[in-house]
Amino acid sequence: MKKAKRGKVVSYNKWGYIFLIPFITVYVVFQLIPLVSTIVNSFFENYRSGLTQIGPTFIGLANYKEIFANPDIWIYAQNTLIMWVMGFVPQILVSLLLGAWFSDPSLRLKGQGFFKTVIYLPNLIMASAFSMLFFTLFSDGGPINSILIQMGILDEPFKFLSHVWSTRTLVALMNFLMWFGNTTILLMAGMMGIDTSLFEAAQVDGATPTKIFYKITLPLLKPILIYVMITSLVGGLQMFDVPQILTNGNGEPMRSSMTLIMYLNKHLYSKNYGMGGALSVILFVITGVLSLVVFKFSNNKEK
Amino acid sequence: MKKKVLGALLVTTMLASMLAGCGGKSASNGKVLNIYCWNEEFKSRITDHYPNYTEVDATTGKIGEVTVKWNITPNENNAYQNNLDATLLKQEDAAADDKVDIFLVEADYALKYVDTEYTMAVKDLGITDQDVANQYKYTKDIVTDSKGVLKGLSWQGCPAVLFYNREVAKEVLGSDDPAVVQESVKDWDTFVATAATMDAAGYDMVSSVNDTYRVYSNNVSTKWVVDNKIQIDDNIMKWVDDSKKLVDAGYAGTHELWSDDWSKGFYPEGKVFCYFGPAWLVNFSMAADQPGSVGNLGQWGATVGPQGFFWGGTWICAATGTDNVELIKDIMLQMTTNEELMTGIVKKDDDFVNNKPAMEAMAADTSYSSAILGGQNPLAMYCEGAESIDLSNLSAFDQGCNEEFQKAMKNYFEGNADLNAALDLFYKAVEEKYPELTH
Repeated sequence: MKKAKRGKVVSYNKWGYIFLIPFITVYVVFQLIPLVSTIVNSFFENYRSGLTQIGPTFIGLANYKEIFANPDIWIYAQNTLIMWVMGFVPQILVSLLLGAWFSDPSLRLKGQGFFKTVIYLPNLIMASAFSMLFFTLFSDGGPINSILIQMGILDEPFKFLSHVWSTRTLVALMNFLMWFGNTTILLMAGMMGIDTSLFEAAQVDGATPTKIFYKITLPLLKPILIYVMITSLVGGLQMFDVPQILTNGNGEPMRSSMTLIMYLNKHLYSKNYGMGGALSVILFVITGVLSLVVFKFSNNKEK
Repeated sequence: MKKKVLGALLVTTMLASMLAGCGGKSASNGKVLNIYCWNEEFKSRITDHYPNYTEVDATTGKIGEVTVKWNITPNENNAYQNNLDATLLKQEDAAADDKVDIFLVEADYALKYVDTEYTMAVKDLGITDQDVANQYKYTKDIVTDSKGVLKGLSWQGCPAVLFYNREVAKEVLGSDDPAVVQESVKDWDTFVATAATMDAAGYDMVSSVNDTYRVYSNNVSTKWVVDNKIQIDDNIMKWVDDSKKLVDAGYAGTHELWSDDWSKGFYPEGKVFCYFGPAWLVNFSMAADQPGSVGNLGQWGATVGPQGFFWGGTWICAATGTDNVELIKDIMLQMTTNEELMTGIVKKDDDFVNNKPAMEAMAADTSYSSAILGGQNPLAMYCEGAESIDLSNLSAFDQGCNEEFQKAMKNYFEGNADLNAALDLFYKAVEEKYPELTH
């Protein structure tokens, strides 16, 4: 009798493991193995010269030394952060404003569903297609330049993609347009989770809407805001598709819009898995640290 | 050791006899011919001109018993080469019918393939020097490896000339006669001076400074890479100086080739005086089939220009390990040495083919003329150009160096960097692409 009972318990466990199999398999094949092999690769000299394979030869930390000896990586990191901040600041401001409006029942906004869908739409377009569209719109002889010349604002075409700040602004603008809808929905969810009795109490006490926003909404929204900020930072560090397509993979002018991942991609032309691996590991560490920060904050919230 | 060798020999003999027994055919007569290329050009040449070829569908055809499989991967972002590299590296282990039999290469990266064991010597296919005696020397130089072995053949020659807009020439230079126009573009200093005249009349000399790049880069005296060190030739630096002048004075743009901005001059409203290119450019790439374009109106003229050069061209290479040696030999011989077939290509497709006597005969023939060029017969000019092309300075790194050099210099032309910074950027980008190089 006893034995049969135990058997039942074991068989329940078995199902638990069986249900885990698909996830574990996918995780091991597509995440863990590539992760480990990337780290292993970063210690080897391993690239292809034409059709000739060079290496793999174990060279210890030489790849890391080469990356850190070259000041370029800091320039690309700086480019990435600049473009991220330029996109993120307007994104969070607009999202907060829209979130506050959408979640405020006293405004009685009409067609909320419609607007929520519309602001999310740019995110559904592939980043590369979106980027291609901007490339065409803002090319030297493109529609934007034609309109500006016809309206008499410009005398001759402005080369948007040949100036540092106009290129960066375009990248930031695209990231902003693509992600503000997503952020709005996240913040809105956070705002709607706040106890309405707090707002009512504040109103009864005679607080203005601005005061309510700053004294009640924002402080209670802090965990969500931090979550949004960190996930956006992690995404921003991996910024690739938009600037890659917009600048044809060159990060022009003078690599001022080249991001870290675009730099990583440059090493893959010669299948340089060693340098590529080392760069990936560095990015992994940075991203990992940031994720730990998120983890810490979400734990605080539960307290 | 000896035993092992003996064993291996025995096994090979056994396998060979088994295979021979099974197939009943010699190893050089596989059932599938795999052709790797990047566009439809070679396919349409084979379909139109190769005897016994029948098309089955878009990617297969038949030559007698043999099925021809077209593996077409576009050139963009190196996709063709990446795909070909991956397939060639697995060539040894692939089944006989999956092996690459023929692959096509372009001049910019021909050496990358030719200088390896993956490409078969033309001699090993049974093609003699005598067979290819009528071909232009430069077309053979490109696909000759570092040991002097010829490893590929081409049916076309791509000597390039300067195409000018006849209407603009009449208005600004007073005549659209090629000989008169040539006087205004006879060397680079005159070219830059003429650009000023064009600018005063409201025209750009060339659409982009990248148009002239190949003219300079084909006339260099050193290779891009010598002993794994990157070198910049004086003529390339002359391109930088001349181009900077053109851009600063507003005589030309900095667009990339093939971009929309670059193509504007294909139409009269684009206000561009000239383009540089071979026969295929003016015939296929400059909107000649669009009503209202300069080409459609027959208003291009051709003249030699400041320096002779060539652009493009496709070479047929046989992959080592192929099981269709006989068929490949026949395709190569038919397409690149059969005079009748080749003159057929000129008449039907306006191409310039790789057969010196045939082309010289057609150049002298007054009945042939090009409608796009306003009735001019440019073949004599091409013939002369093909003779003067010197390709002793090719290296396996040309494609990457040429691309990155133009990209880096754009920053200098547009004032985003000084010359040294732009050169540093070039070195950096090339060394990323080819980690073994230094400067």
